[in-house]
Amino acid sequence: MSDYEHILSAKTLTIVWILLLILTYITYKISQINLGYFNVLAALTVATTKAALVIMFFMHLKYEGNVIRYMVFIAFLILAIFIGFTFFDVSYR
Amino acid sequence: MENSLQKDFLGAKIGMWLFLFTEIILFGGLFLLYAVDLSKYADDFHKAGQELNVSIGTINTLVLITSSFFIALSITTLRLGKKKITVYLVALTILSAIVFLINKYFEWSAKISHGIYPNSDHLITLPKGEITFYNLYYIMTGLHAVHVLLGIIILSVVCLLLVKNRVTADNFIILENSALYWHLVDLIWIFLYPLFYLIA
Repeated sequence: MSDYEHILSAKTLTIVWILLLILTYITYKISQINLGYFNVLAALTVATTKAALVIMFFMHLKYEGNVIRYMVFIAFLILAIFIGFTFFDVSYR
Repeated sequence: MENSLQKDFLGAKIGMWLFLFTEIILFGGLFLLYAVDLSKYADDFHKAGQELNVSIGTINTLVLITSSFFIALSITTLRLGKKKITVYLVALTILSAIVFLINKYFEWSAKISHGIYPNSDHLITLPKGEITFYNLYYIMTGLHAVHVLLGIIILSVVCLLLVKNRVTADNFIILENSALYWHLVDLIWIFLYPLFYLIA
């Protein structure tokens, strides 16, 4: 596995950490302004971006082999399906 | 003896990810419940959410993100052979987790002293949507706090193994898998924070 040799540099990790702090600040600031429905959208977009950074770098997924990559992709796909399909029902009830 | 025990690094990691998927589905179910109830009781959720302490929520977000950074960095330092720094970083992660729980203690105490806890005399007089919001708040942040507590125990064991040289630069899968678990705890909080403290 390529992973065994790959070591994330302290520099990369620090940049990701700073980005996460900035995103937290942004999401906090956006929540102070009342934008109605857009607030929910903005908060979830920032949260998803933060989650992607954590998964890709902190959890090392960017540097994993295909087996783990596909596994994680399928797990989140299933999560999206079960949340999405529930809303097909809930939204049109 | 050590040589005959070929470490299956990939296998161990896949096993950890499989466990994390069950965690994702566990919290996913609760997030689904939250999403459906939010669409049903948008106004009540908005009103109840304003009662939550945004400062504590934000501080805890920063604490968890930083702890995640520490544990990710500890793998790098261990593999570069800097054992002492690695031990410090894992210890700092544990310390952050404890700070998180102390904040949680003060946050919950304040809520409970205001009579807001599941099935309290005050809470059951509130509109149904607000009751739902607080029930979800206690269940989801409570289940998350249990995970933080477990993380403290797991990372303490890892810290001990590091000191005893049972986890080393060549044999770091226990640290790596524990770090994966800790990142998941952070990941879940990344969604809990906007949903409970900000959206409302």
